[in-house]
Amino acid sequence: MSHHDHHQSFWTRYIFSQDHKVIAIQYTVTALFIGLVGLVLSWLMRLQLGFPGEFRFLNPGSYYQILTQHGMIMIVYLLTAILLGGFGNYLIPLMIGARDMAFPFLNMLSYWVYLLSVIVLVAAFFVPGGPTGAGWTLYPPLSALPNAAPGSGWGIKLMLVSLVIFIASATMGGLNYVTTVLQCRTKGMTLMRMPLSVWGIFIGAAMALLAFPALFVGGVMLLLDNLLGTSFFIPAVTLFGQQLPREGGNPLLFQHLFWYFGHPEVYVVILPAMGIASELIATHSRKPIFGYKAMVIAMAAIAVIGFLVWAHHMFVSGMNPYFGFFFAVSTLIIAIPSAVKVYNWLLTLWRGKIQFNTPMLFGIGWISTFIIGGLTGLPLGNVIADVPLHDTYFVVGHFHLVMGVAALMAIFGGIYHWFPKVTGRMFNETLGKLHFWVTFVGAYMIFFPMFLLGILGVPRRYFDFEALQYLPTQTAGLNIVITIAALIVGAAQVVFLVNLIWSAVRGRRAESNPWHATTLEWQTPTTPPPHGNWGAETPTVYRWAYDYSVPGAERDFIPQNVPATPTVPAGTARTV
Amino acid sequence: MPVFASVVLVLIVVGALALVASGIWWFTPLASNWNEIDGALLITLGVIGIAFVTLNLFLAYLILRYRAREQERAQFIPDNPKIEKILIGITALGIIILLAPGLFAYSRFISPPRDAMIVEVVGEQWRWTYRYAGPDGKLGRAHPKLISPKNPFGVDIADPAAQDDILSYTELHLPVNRPVLLHIRSKDVIHSFFIPHFRAKMDAVPGMVTHYWFVPTRAGKFQAVCAELCGIGHHRMHSPVIVESLEKFQEWLAKQPTVAATVKP
Ligand code: HEM
Ligand SMILES: [Cu+2]
Ligand SMILES: [Cu+2]
Repeated sequence: MSHHDHHQSFWTRYIFSQDHKVIAIQYTVTALFIGLVGLVLSWLMRLQLGFPGEFRFLNPGSYYQILTQHGMIMIVYLLTAILLGGFGNYLIPLMIGARDMAFPFLNMLSYWVYLLSVIVLVAAFFVPGGPTGAGWTLYPPLSALPNAAPGSGWGIKLMLVSLVIFIASATMGGLNYVTTVLQCRTKGMTLMRMPLSVWGIFIGAAMALLAFPALFVGGVMLLLDNLLGTSFFIPAVTLFGQQLPREGGNPLLFQHLFWYFGHPEVYVVILPAMGIASELIATHSRKPIFGYKAMVIAMAAIAVIGFLVWAHHMFVSGMNPYFGFFFAVSTLIIAIPSAVKVYNWLLTLWRGKIQFNTPMLFGIGWISTFIIGGLTGLPLGNVIADVPLHDTYFVVGHFHLVMGVAALMAIFGGIYHWFPKVTGRMFNETLGKLHFWVTFVGAYMIFFPMFLLGILGVPRRYFDFEALQYLPTQTAGLNIVITIAALIVGAAQVVFLVNLIWSAVRGRRAESNPWHATTLEWQTPTTPPPHGNWGAETPTVYRWAYDYSVPGAERDFIPQNVPATPTVPAGTARTV
Repeated sequence: MPVFASVVLVLIVVGALALVASGIWWFTPLASNWNEIDGALLITLGVIGIAFVTLNLFLAYLILRYRAREQERAQFIPDNPKIEKILIGITALGIIILLAPGLFAYSRFISPPRDAMIVEVVGEQWRWTYRYAGPDGKLGRAHPKLISPKNPFGVDIADPAAQDDILSYTELHLPVNRPVLLHIRSKDVIHSFFIPHFRAKMDAVPGMVTHYWFVPTRAGKFQAVCAELCGIGHHRMHSPVIVESLEKFQEWLAKQPTVAATVKP
């Protein structure tokens, strides 16, 4: 092999690779990096809220810019990207026994376009006026009128351009994930034999394909309002006493477009996380997931109803108040399939043999934080109860726990769980457990008190609370406690990164199936799996994904590619 | 580790309940007729509180009881339709319990009484201003295109109903025990008019008029704040709300400027 060839193969193997596993790692590393930026931004906000006025470089303008970038980074560029682009890419082909994605080139393109969107997003920090401070919801007219919000020049335009680029990437990725699941399953891998991770990513990706176009349309219209002076979302307005040459638009139209995307987006994140959590919980309690079929139906139900609840974010927006009845009912109905999932995770643990390793701890953390985060959605969905709570700290507590912390529990657990497969090495358990306990307990300390602040009526998105006359004196102390907890939780993420990097290089060599798991990715002939994943033949599947502790079987797990023989019963006969 | 884990879970539940029970951060004392809102919210919080405690304690029990032990093997229990049905039933029941009073209260919230006193609230970066209907009980027409430094509310002075309208640029005064219907507007971006002691809020959206109603039930000084991000002054956009006897209210109102006296085209 000449030097030149070698050079080429480095580029095509590790940089412009079409191997889904390399692309998955690229997505994950990029998302974690930008997530770290989002984390540092949250520190800055907490420093201001805990110690108002102490940090001179924080003023209302920069606070709202930091807030906006933090929110958008966390939801779109971290969670969505890592769950679909990272986990989706790594797991789908391996778990369904495929050699790669249906469209490997498109897959590679999707990553590079995502990277571009991240670069455009970050560029906003360096342009005149800085990033937009209109809030991650980008409501016009605030986000559309010159000088109404910080970053109304370059900042908002870069944000919208970045989102449009991200949507292009998510569409390429989404089409790939959906097509791969539908077309590339190996022999015997029926839909109802797929692991729940694949189901969650599959349904989540399908939802993304249906939801992102609404954001795309809203984003392009908002960009035109910004760039060309159109008035899609702008009625006749004055700004600081001056009449503006705009009229005829409707700000609520944007809110409908935004939340028609925004609510399903929550499930784009949560469904893959649910799937991953199911894998963690079943594998490490050595038991089949309880009610597999109910789990799949619940996810499908959540996906369908999830498109009919968007206006619960708009109960006090000024939309026709009679819509409130419909959206309250649809929102609370969606609680039922979500509750079914919680019950089934708990019942998976019931009579199990729970292994207390790091992935399982995160699985347990997922259940607990999803419970508190999910339950606190009920008051917000019960329209009249939302009237006092809307846009208060109650909402901040709710979405951080359900979508931020819970999703991250699944993501962290998933990273630890598949780390041995991805790198061929084990991570450090002690550091992993430290990471878990600090993050889990810290998250409660940060976000639980926010529910009480919200009940008291503290509005969110406040640079400080000095103007509020109804706060108990202890509130300043509480905010200090929250800030300190946030700093410590942040530091624990450094432990996580150090563990990942160190273990990827120096960790103990991993067996190919260290958790004794049943799903196909653990049955690859070599670890880490090479480009193409399988040896000469792709595996054949004979059973569902959860044959753990089958009575009469010799070992407490039977991989999906083991045929049913008299000595190795197909434990699934009853259910699938 | 399993013992530690379940102890931590129990401590989290205990800690959460203790923080709630401390009562330091809880509802502000209600000063309007909306005890139905508090009622619906409290029922909802009660239901989810019970679920939060039960599910987390059950989780703590499970991880303690079913931690890996040498001799034991996990049981192969792929599902149990009967348990699932019971749990779905309980969940549906819980949801009906919190939703029914909620929807009932909501239907009252969106049906203002006919005799309510109308007050207009106008938001702008970053203050709240108010307009009262004056003796004729009717607010004059207004249009954003008419807004100018001399006509900050954009009232149409050609409209006879506008002449006697009364303007307040700083405070909202209300008579106690009389229903009030707010007409909420914004001149620029979206704001949200929120009076925590009254439990009610509604966005102020340019280009449209939004509404809510309430009855102040207690004399005193309260605070209206902005609950929708509206730019760098958002956290400083607030205004006193003064609830007083009818006589005092009328005395105050008589001292405020009218449209006829102050607004020029
Ligand atoms: C330790 C971790 C985190 C801390 C300490 C933190 C802290 C904060 C703070 C202080 C705010 C501003 C609240 C306000 O002024 O209204 C905020 C807003 C927000 N955060 Fe986080 N956050 C964290 C992680 C996350 C994660 C993982 C997500 C992903 C869902 C997330 C999503 C958001 C969103 C969407 C907003 C709202 C932005 C807006 O109002 O426009 N955060 N966070
Ligand atoms: Cu939603
Ligand atoms: Cu505001």
